[in-house]
Order: sequence, then structure tokens, then C-alpha cells
Amino acid sequence: MKIVVCVKHVPDATADRTFTEDGTNDRGSVDSLLSELDEYAVEQALRIVESGVEAEITYLTVGPDDAKDALRKALAMGGDSAIHVSDQDIEGSDAFGTSLVLAGAIERHGFDLVLCGMASTDGTMSVVPALLAERLGVPAVTHLEELTVEDGTVTGRRESDSATVRVQGALPAVVSVTDRSGDARYPSFKGIMAAKKKPLETLDLADLGIDTERVGRTGARSAVDTAARRPPRTKGEIVAADGTGDAGLAAFLTAKKFV
Amino acid sequence: MAEILVLVDHLDGTVRKPTLELLTLARRLGEPSAVFLGPGAGAAAETLGRYGAHKVYVVDAPEVEDFLVTPAVDALAQIAESAGPAAILLPSGPDGKETAARVALRLESGLITDAVDITAGEDGRPVTEQSVFAATYQVTAHITQGIPVITVKPNATAPEPAPVTPEVEKWDVAFGPAATTVKVLSRTPRERGDRPELTEADIVVSGGRGVNGAENFAVIERVADVLGAAVGASRAAVDAGWYPHSHQVGQTGTQVSPQLYLAAGISGAIQHRAGMQTAKTIVAVNKDKDAPIFELADYGVVGDLFQVLPQLVEEIERRRS
Repeated sequence: MKIVVCVKHVPDATADRTFTEDGTNDRGSVDSLLSELDEYAVEQALRIVESGVEAEITYLTVGPDDAKDALRKALAMGGDSAIHVSDQDIEGSDAFGTSLVLAGAIERHGFDLVLCGMASTDGTMSVVPALLAERLGVPAVTHLEELTVEDGTVTGRRESDSATVRVQGALPAVVSVTDRSGDARYPSFKGIMAAKKKPLETLDLADLGIDTERVGRTGARSAVDTAARRPPRTKGEIVAADGTGDAGLAAFLTAKKFV
Repeated sequence: MAEILVLVDHLDGTVRKPTLELLTLARRLGEPSAVFLGPGAGAAAETLGRYGAHKVYVVDAPEVEDFLVTPAVDALAQIAESAGPAAILLPSGPDGKETAARVALRLESGLITDAVDITAGEDGRPVTEQSVFAATYQVTAHITQGIPVITVKPNATAPEPAPVTPEVEKWDVAFGPAATTVKVLSRTPRERGDRPELTEADIVVSGGRGVNGAENFAVIERVADVLGAAVGASRAAVDAGWYPHSHQVGQTGTQVSPQLYLAAGISGAIQHRAGMQTAKTIVAVNKDKDAPIFELADYGVVGDLFQVLPQLVEEIERRRS
């Protein structure tokens, strides 16, 4: 079977990220890398194959030229090939534009299982897997902390809004996994070397037959009015523990009416 | 007046607090109508009316409980197509966000997730506020296409009653083939102790690596109980298996915005800060005077949490008596 893992190249979440003047994510300001939350999807794809399911793993990303780095990182962890969709007109896409491009590339490649992380670490909307399923017309088995693929179905455990649920859907399907699904492996030196030789295909919007009006800033369905840095919190009073009942802290909480 | 649809989050008919917040926000934009899925609408209608729902659409179909997310999408999209609301508000959570995204795609609408505030713009359309990039930026935004679909984080506003007697309308949904593709095999409601829920609590007391063991979380719980607070935990504490994942505060856990956040034995890595730095007041207790959490703290105590916290409990009890 064919497994497609969607990955995103994102600005380092531990760095100081900023906005460009037009209110989009400023990708030039900090180093970018494979979104940490997507590593869990890569890991699950590899584990499915290691569990004995015969499958070919392809990574898919949409983004500017350096987004290839995310694909190489994933390929270094394992898997077979990668697809990079890159086009000037995609810049500034919202989740609707991004999911349209991803769905186009997934359909072109063919799929039995699409694996995604639970959210990107930059946009953090967590909606692309659902949008992909809606566009591809297949079940969405999302936010899984644990999953099994067998007999043409995917079964897993999900933390929903107010309950833990066990869910099951038939393949082909879109699945997203959380950061609780299992630690992602580190690429080995051998893996890093092997990744350089694995096939990586580059596509643009014309290859996918997608009208440029439907993506990028033109296709976006929301707009940022203002983006302002939150005023840094001012450091308050820091005291050493006084050992006499921490009257200072209790007094602070009382003054703030928490006691 | 423009109709605003609010998707109700409930557990067997008990309406959860974030829904009351949505109804309160919806009144800034127009007249709220609640969309209630599943059994138990009878008791819920009264609560929804108390917070200003003029109408309650009720979809009591087995599909809603037997299948994941997509029955709710069919219901909400069909009601929206018929009612033509000025906006649709849903709770931010895995289910709410997925429902919102699919409804928006079907209605060819725009979507904003994780709003922390909504106001009416000059034209009456919603303007949202979001907290992004690990809560280092505040962003205002609006939707440029279709009926605005917005998911809202818990604690965005304080619920304010505005009692009306709602009109209850039973709604028959024609479920499409996609509605019944992902089966719910079993459902275990998350255990609720006597403490407030993490996302809804006014005060959160959290423990991290410095707590150093599951059994030591009793120290954190003791402070939480004396303050009437929810208990949180850092990712390090959760990964070590000391406290359940449902209590994790941070970028990939729950993001909280309480009136008071007390962090004990938490260094304050960016991952954690993303989940708590919008708290009104932050208090930190840590052995390491250089811990980054102190940069955020309105009040900090450099010391051993196992001495500081029990003493704090004693001192609070002494002040109360």
C-alpha cells in the first residue's frame, strides 16, 4: 500500500518568531526545520512498515525551496521517496489553499493512508487533516495517541474534547497522530547518507492543475489586521524563601484577592 | 437581528462553561441560536436560554454519538444553509476545530481558530483576537469570505446571563455518506475530580520536573485545593509519568489563561510558556534563581518547593482562621 506523510518546514518554535509587514509568517527571520509534531507522523509510518505491513512511504511538503530540508530530514529517518510542491503563487496560502495543494498532490500520487501530525508548530490550527479528508472524500481518523493498521482499517485511541474514544475507519483514510503516539527516532548517519540518494520529485501548481487564484494571498479567506508583539511581562518581585511560613507569598496572594 | 449559531459542547446534556462564553460573545454580534447535538436537550435548553440563546436547534440522532465529528458537520452545515447566520462559533478543541474546518469548506467560508476575543467590527462583522507564536504576539484578524466560522478558546470572556425563553426546534439532518465513516467503538468520559477543569479554572497550580515523582504531586494538589484551583503539569512531569497527560500545560497540551498561575518546580521552557503566559498573574517557586520562569513572574520565591508550598498552605489557613 501507499502511505503519504504530510510534513511542514516551519520556523524554529524555540526561536523568536515574527511577522512580515503584510501579516504573514516571516520565514526569513529565523532558522526553519521539520515541524516537531510531524516527526511523530513520520515515526508512525515507519512503525507501520516495521510491523509487517507492506507499504511504500512518500513524504509530501508544500513550501519554498528550502522546505526540501524537511523532506531530507524525514527521508533520513526512513521511508522511500518525497514530493515537494513549490510555486511562487502558493506563498501566503491559508489552510484552505494549503489543503487544496496537498490534496492535489496526494491524488496525483495515489494513496491508501495519509499520515499527518496533530498541528503545525507555527500555524497551530490543527485543521489540515480534516480539510484533506473532506477534499479527498475519505474518513478522517484524527488525534490518535495509539493506532493499528490491519485488514484495511485503522483503529486508534483519541483524546476528544471531553472523553477518550476508541475510533475506527476504513482505508483509504487520513490519520493524524499526537505527540503522545511514540517518540520519534533520530536519523542515523547511514540514514542521512541514504536520504541523499532517495528520489525527490518537485511539482508546481500547473503539474497539479490548480488555478493560482485559489491559493496564496488571493485565495486566502481571512486577513490579519494587526500583529503586535505582546508587551513583555515585567519581572516582579523575586525573593528568597524566608523559611518563616512564606508570609511574603501569602501576603502577595492576599493582596491580589486570591486568598 | 442577525442570527449567530453556537455549537454546544455538553456532556450528556450538561452544558460546559466554554459554551456559555460563546453565547456571551455571540451577543456582541447578533442574536445567538444554540445548536445542540445528541440526547439531553431538555435540561440544556433552560441553561442555554439563561445565557441568551433565543433558539435551540436540536439534533437528537444516534449518528451524533456513534460516529466521529462528521455527523456534527452535516448538522451544522445544513442548519447554517437554512438559517443563513452572520457567524458560526464553536469551542476550540479537537472536535470543535475539525467540525469548524469542514463546515467552512462546505459553506465556502473563511475560518479563524483559537480566538481569545471577538468584537463587532465597524460593519458589524466579527473581528477576532488571537494569541500566536507561543503567545508572544497578539493578532487581530477578520474573515474575508462567506459566513465567518470561528473557534474560540476557553476563558475568552466571563459568561454573563441574559435570560430569554428559547424556542426549541427539532431538526432532522439528512446524513451524507461521509457522516458514518469513522465509528466510535467506545467512549470514556474523562474523569472529573472535585477540582475545576484545567481550561476553565480561575487559578491553576502546576508542577514540573522539580516535583520529582508522582507521589510528590500531593504537595501541588494540596496548594490547589486550598486555593480552589485546577492542577497542571509541565511536559517533563507528564512524560516522566508523574501526572496524567490531560493536565499538561504547554504548546502541545492545554493552553490556559487563568487569573492566577502558580508554577512550582517548572523552569519555564518556551514549550511551557506557550501554554500559560497569557495568565493575568504569574507566581513561580523554583530552586534555581536563574530559571527563565522568573522573567515572567509577578512574584517569585527562590527556594525548595517542598518547604515553600506546605508553608504557604499553613500561612493561608492561618490568615483565613
